[in-house]
Amino acid sequence: MSAKPFLNIDHVDKVFPLGKGKEYVALRDVKLEIRENEIVSIIGHSGCGKSTLLNMIAGLDTITSGVILLEDREINAPGPERAVVFQNHSLLPWLTVYQNIEMAVKKVRDDLNAQEVKEHVMKYIDLVNLDHAKDKYPGEISGGMKQRVGIARALSIEPKVLLMDEPFGALDSLTRANLQDHLMRIQMQTGNTVVIITHDVDEAVLLSDRVIMMTNGPEATIGEILEVNLPRPRKRLELQHNEEYLRCRGAIVEFLYSKFAKHDD
Amino acid sequence: MPFKWINAVALPILLFGVIIALWSTISEKIPGFPPPLEVWNELIVVLSDPFYNNGAGDQGIALQLLSSLKRVFGGFALAIAVGVPVGLLIGMSKSAQTAFNPYIQILKPVSPLAWLPLALFVFKDVDMTAIFVIFITSIWPIIINTALGVRSVSEDYLNVAKVLQLTPFERVFQIILPVAVPFIFTGMRLSLGIAWLVIVAAEMLTGGLGIGFWIWDEYNNLNYSHIIIGIILIGVVGYILDTIMGFIADYFDYRKRGRV
Ligand SMILES: Nc1ncnc2c1ncn2[C@@H]1O[C@H](COP(=O)(O)OP(=O)(O)OP(=O)(O)O)[C@@H](O)[C@H]1O
Ligand SMILES: [Mg+2]
Repeated sequence: MSAKPFLNIDHVDKVFPLGKGKEYVALRDVKLEIRENEIVSIIGHSGCGKSTLLNMIAGLDTITSGVILLEDREINAPGPERAVVFQNHSLLPWLTVYQNIEMAVKKVRDDLNAQEVKEHVMKYIDLVNLDHAKDKYPGEISGGMKQRVGIARALSIEPKVLLMDEPFGALDSLTRANLQDHLMRIQMQTGNTVVIITHDVDEAVLLSDRVIMMTNGPEATIGEILEVNLPRPRKRLELQHNEEYLRCRGAIVEFLYSKFAKHDD
Repeated sequence: MPFKWINAVALPILLFGVIIALWSTISEKIPGFPPPLEVWNELIVVLSDPFYNNGAGDQGIALQLLSSLKRVFGGFALAIAVGVPVGLLIGMSKSAQTAFNPYIQILKPVSPLAWLPLALFVFKDVDMTAIFVIFITSIWPIIINTALGVRSVSEDYLNVAKVLQLTPFERVFQIILPVAVPFIFTGMRLSLGIAWLVIVAAEMLTGGLGIGFWIWDEYNNLNYSHIIIGIILIGVVGYILDTIMGFIADYFDYRKRGRV
């Protein structure tokens, strides 16, 4: 790639001190350049350090050594230009769907007046097709709807990067497919840069421009990077027998279950 | 289900009969112990004119209860005003927790009556003493539950606050308090229960006006049926206080409004 990287993860290490002078080297020398408008997924076995990497990008976890740059600015704290969609949605249960999003918008967009805030919130509720549920509380809607609200909240603050840690992991496969379609449609509309962690091979291929495959810990790092050369919009039905799709799928399966197979210990 | 409903009424009535029978036996065995019927007749007399006022020492039962309640709410309000901020501080700061914890653990089990002489000596005023004793014994559940509430705020919510870069002030009011409020009300409910227990004992020692002193006074007057009436009324008022607090607590608890 000739264009200069949008999000640059530069020789990053992550070491967790374990007490009594011991430590656990979770990540070693992670290098990754992510382009603007790109959807990148990170796949790897459980415990390899995917969440750790994402949290460092979010600024929620410290970087032991190396640096992460977003548009050439060093990341060292959380901020609204890097919105996070958490695995368990983390909506505030005492606020309605509307209020959850409104709270984020009010905080980040203090340039908007009351009417503009309302329009802005409604625009993002619209985007995830949740107009009918806008006055419901998180406890009153399904898991898939909650996750959509989480996505709407993250997008409503118009971040430069959308970070998603297994956003659909807790959902059944039908709901999951539905949300994947939502995400692809929204990303085409908004042009967000998305980093998404997943355990799911099909999800990785379907969603991503590139799939980042991580080796196992300790000292996990990036093993291979796979380019997915499929045109958008992608339709899951048509991809079923698509050669490129099957090639990508095969490459990931090969990586995860042959080259870096994980044996339960 | 009608069977359930009948049970709910019938069983307490059945037990009531047993209690009355036991009570009657006791009053036959102990000379001077007022039998149920006598207490019932006295109760009607006492309740028929609850607001009479014949000067300092001789006032109706409602005025006695009200004066006790006034002290209780004085001490209770003070306990909330101090306990909630202290609890928030302890919940949010590990250092504050380390600093306060030993004192909370040591002072919490101290009987209210142990504070009383000291308070009397310092304030030289009956009302102030009662209010202080209630304050110092009922503040602990508020502090402890508030801190517990703050600590039960999930890491996820705090991460949301971090990503949105909420100020500490916004974090307290938009994230921490909504989670902690139900816990705070649990603490307040326990605290009010303690306050109501304490006031009776405190008033017996300090004298003046109030349900505790009233009972003690009737003991000195050898009016034993009034002692039993006092006990029953304290129980009823305590139950009403607890129920009201329960309603208020549920009202402010987002989990009790059909949302999980
Ligand atoms: N605070 C910590 N202290 C010590 N070790 C930690 C800490 N957090 C994570 N680890 C370790 O770092 C490694 C990576 O953890 P991480 O949560 O990033 O894995 P993951 O790839 O997200 O796994 P999963 O797919 O199960 O979510 C794990 O071995 C974990 O035990
Ligand atoms: Mg993880």
